Amino acid sequence: MMHYFVGNLGHLFVITSFVSALVAVFAYYKATVSADVQQKNAWLLNGKIGFYVHAAAVLGICVTLFVIISNHYFEYHYAYNYSDKKLPTYYLISTFWNGQEGSFMLWMIWQALIGLILIHTNKFWEAPVMTVFALVQAFLASMILGVVIPGLEIKIGSSPFILLREALQNAPIFKSQPEFIPPDGNGLNPLLQNYWMVIHPPTLFLGFALTLVPFSFCMAGLWIRKYKEWVRPALPWALLGGAILGLGILMGGYWAYETLNFGGYWNWDPVENAVYVPWLILVASIHTMITYKNSESALKASIILVITVFILILYSTFLTRSGILGESSVHSFTDLGLSGQLLLYLLFFTLAAIILSIIRWKEIPTTDNEIATYSREFWVFIGVMVLCMMGFQVIVETSKPVFNAISRLFGGEGNMAPKPDAIVFYSMFQLWFAVALALLSAVGQFFWWKKIDRRELMKELLVPFLITLLLFVIIIQLIHFQFGLNTERVVPYLIILFAGIFTITANAKILFSLLKSSPGLSGGAIAHIGVGMMLIGIMLSSGYSKVVSLNNTGMLISKEFSEEFNRDNLLLFVNQPRTMWGYEIEYLGERLEPRHHAGFIRKSDVNVTPDKDQVVAKKDILLNGKKVFAAQDTIAILGENTFFEIELRKNNKRYTLYPRAQINPDMGGLLASPDIYRTVSADLYTHVSSVMNPSEDHDWNELEEIKTRLNHEFFANDYVTVLEAVDRVQTVEGVSLSDQDVAVKATIRVKGERGDYVAEPIFLIKNKMVGRIPDEVNDLGLRFILMNIHPETNEFTLGINTRQKDWVVIKAMEKPYINVLWIGTLVLMTGFSLAMVRRFREFKKMKEKGLE
Amino acid sequence: MKKSHIFILVIIAVAIGVIITTAGDSSTYVGFTDAYQLASSGSTREIHVVGELKKDNSGQVIGIQTGADRVSFSFIMVDDQGKEQTVQYNQPMPTDFLRSEKVVVVGSYKGGNFIASKILLKCPSKYQEEKVNA
Repeated sequence: MMHYFVGNLGHLFVITSFVSALVAVFAYYKATVSADVQQKNAWLLNGKIGFYVHAAAVLGICVTLFVIISNHYFEYHYAYNYSDKKLPTYYLISTFWNGQEGSFMLWMIWQALIGLILIHTNKFWEAPVMTVFALVQAFLASMILGVVIPGLEIKIGSSPFILLREALQNAPIFKSQPEFIPPDGNGLNPLLQNYWMVIHPPTLFLGFALTLVPFSFCMAGLWIRKYKEWVRPALPWALLGGAILGLGILMGGYWAYETLNFGGYWNWDPVENAVYVPWLILVASIHTMITYKNSESALKASIILVITVFILILYSTFLTRSGILGESSVHSFTDLGLSGQLLLYLLFFTLAAIILSIIRWKEIPTTDNEIATYSREFWVFIGVMVLCMMGFQVIVETSKPVFNAISRLFGGEGNMAPKPDAIVFYSMFQLWFAVALALLSAVGQFFWWKKIDRRELMKELLVPFLITLLLFVIIIQLIHFQFGLNTERVVPYLIILFAGIFTITANAKILFSLLKSSPGLSGGAIAHIGVGMMLIGIMLSSGYSKVVSLNNTGMLISKEFSEEFNRDNLLLFVNQPRTMWGYEIEYLGERLEPRHHAGFIRKSDVNVTPDKDQVVAKKDILLNGKKVFAAQDTIAILGENTFFEIELRKNNKRYTLYPRAQINPDMGGLLASPDIYRTVSADLYTHVSSVMNPSEDHDWNELEEIKTRLNHEFFANDYVTVLEAVDRVQTVEGVSLSDQDVAVKATIRVKGERGDYVAEPIFLIKNKMVGRIPDEVNDLGLRFILMNIHPETNEFTLGINTRQKDWVVIKAMEKPYINVLWIGTLVLMTGFSLAMVRRFREFKKMKEKGLE
Repeated sequence: MKKSHIFILVIIAVAIGVIITTAGDSSTYVGFTDAYQLASSGSTREIHVVGELKKDNSGQVIGIQTGADRVSFSFIMVDDQGKEQTVQYNQPMPTDFLRSEKVVVVGSYKGGNFIASKILLKCPSKYQEEKVNA
């Protein structure tokens, strides 16, 4: 039965949210411009009601869509396209933002929540700020409107509530059966079935939403001529935005590191850059705003930067969703036909902000004082400029497709291709800018807390400088000892290392003196220490990353592979130990992942079924020492994933790695994900680079026949083996048996190096013809056939085949001290949070005084 | 000259530097014929080639071959000038590859083969999909 009601309801919510946002814009606009207090209050109330209705409608949209997804109403395109019945609840939630429409909704609901908080916390700014807020919400709501303007045939927005038959109008099935509902959906891309993908998008969109707050305050300040006052309320939100957006970027990087096999956390892909650049400028704007708070300078710079951040967010939305990056990004969204609307959204706010600034520019107060070299403003300003340059360099290269499009618009050729070696190109600039930032933040901090001249500065810096030198020498020795200094790039590395240590020690000195006097102000110093740690972490983990899975056998893996592949990869056969990275390494076989239990099960212990997500246990299966499945139980598994159990041993300690290969028909092949063995000093990053083809027939050695009785031990390829039982069975998978037919199943137990295996070959007589279904023990490379039954002597003839053992080819890389990077980012976030707490306290005081 | 002026000049200089390095030695999209000539003239630089997958009359993509290691594949691409070329890729097939309406390969010739180091896709709007798994 089709569920029309829920979709119509959702659509009604969408329209309500759009209209109520417009109502709120109008009412708040009126409230801002009315001089009369009574009128103002009346409009204010209208605006508030409008925004409340809007927020409720947005919540309604989300709930409705979630009802459709979680109840598996596959008549809806969204549910059909992104989910299926097997997905657990937490992935059903991520289905929500798998499509573009859902991610717009995520953005809207965060902004609606923040809007409600602002309405209730800041009475003074409510009207003008919420005018901007509601206007942005109206634009976002229009993206999911899905309404066609009659007469013009212009479609506005793409609705998440369209039915499948509306989405696939040409599909033949809907011509004959309009009420057809597919039994199951397409499912979520397996690559996204990862816990990071459940929390990464909401974090990122919360960061996006938070950048709207400083922008709205800035616009409101310009509008009602409160040129200075907007900075105070905007600052804590900007800090929160900096922390959340930074965290979101970090999560994305961490997901890439854990899930994709390119071996890194950052790829300079346009989609990554589109978030990185606004974040850099946001950080820059935070610095100018703090400077303004302290010394009344840099107000104009703050206005420009705050506006730029928001416009960059809109620009990156345009880049990633309009399809324009199609020729330069590996993973840009598909085009929903919203390009025009997105462009309008971008241009509207860009022009509005620029025009408003120009009109008010002359009235904005400035200080005429020339900035002195030994003032804190000077140093902060250089730092801000370096941040802007970093952003500028990335955005120029990322925007090449946009330049091409513009050039084509004016009849040009528009044929510029992006740099093929993006990582080298970006790093070349970004690293040196980062070094400059580290040095600036080290020196600048001393100016920040004291008015000092050159002589005093030298005195202040002497101790941190000496400590830096000492640490520098020690660390160089350690690197030299551990990896050998890389002579080719040694100078840049040393400079980066020095800058990183220097900013840590200098800021640590500031931190210690602050902790004594006023610990609440220590956010800045802590954040800068985080940056220094990140710099060192990036240098060590990327600069000294090396392949450790070197082929030390002296034999090629295969002539078909390249020289490089044969050199950098290791071929492992089941149960044949090799050495790697100072460890003994042994491949133990293929593993499957049960859906509802933690742990892995051996592929050799189960029989496959036609449903890829279900297997049947051949024997009792233990997980983490507890019996979880009994023999003949059906086990739900994640069928597209195969894991390869690899054991590392050293000094009687054992570690197990489970790199994954994902069979993804959409992707036409195999997708490898690494498993990471973490030690204090380095990560061992391992992924499979070639695996056996399961559909290919094996080359079996000559058949060996053995005559045996029940419960008599014999040897099968040197493994102790017992025929435990021979039973008549009523059903055989894939064979239809009639009354006259007979099927017999043998249960054979093999004692392997690591536990027992069970094989169940079948002997059957169908239509008086003999059939034999062999069974394999993959891990041991053994195949058993029940050849014959001799009832007269109670004996059985078993056929045994052996083959080359199962194998896997792996590649492993060492990533030294990558933890320094992760810890550094967390320290940076902590710094942001401390600074934010301080600014919210300020706000509380202002509120108690009745000033906001 | 005020210090702020010097400062602004430095910034402008850096900005120009950034733009020049971005635009300078920027590769452009070329066809396979040009790419081959570049390679035979000794250039080992990576090049971007734009084109489509080879399709038969019924619109089915043809010429896809999975590599021996199963994590690589090769395909036949037709560039904008209509020249056909087998492209090898040492990674699995990207998502939606077969549905792409336009393909950009980044790579270079090694001998007569074009080895791609990166594949970028331009996919049609997903609303055009016409298949339902009934």
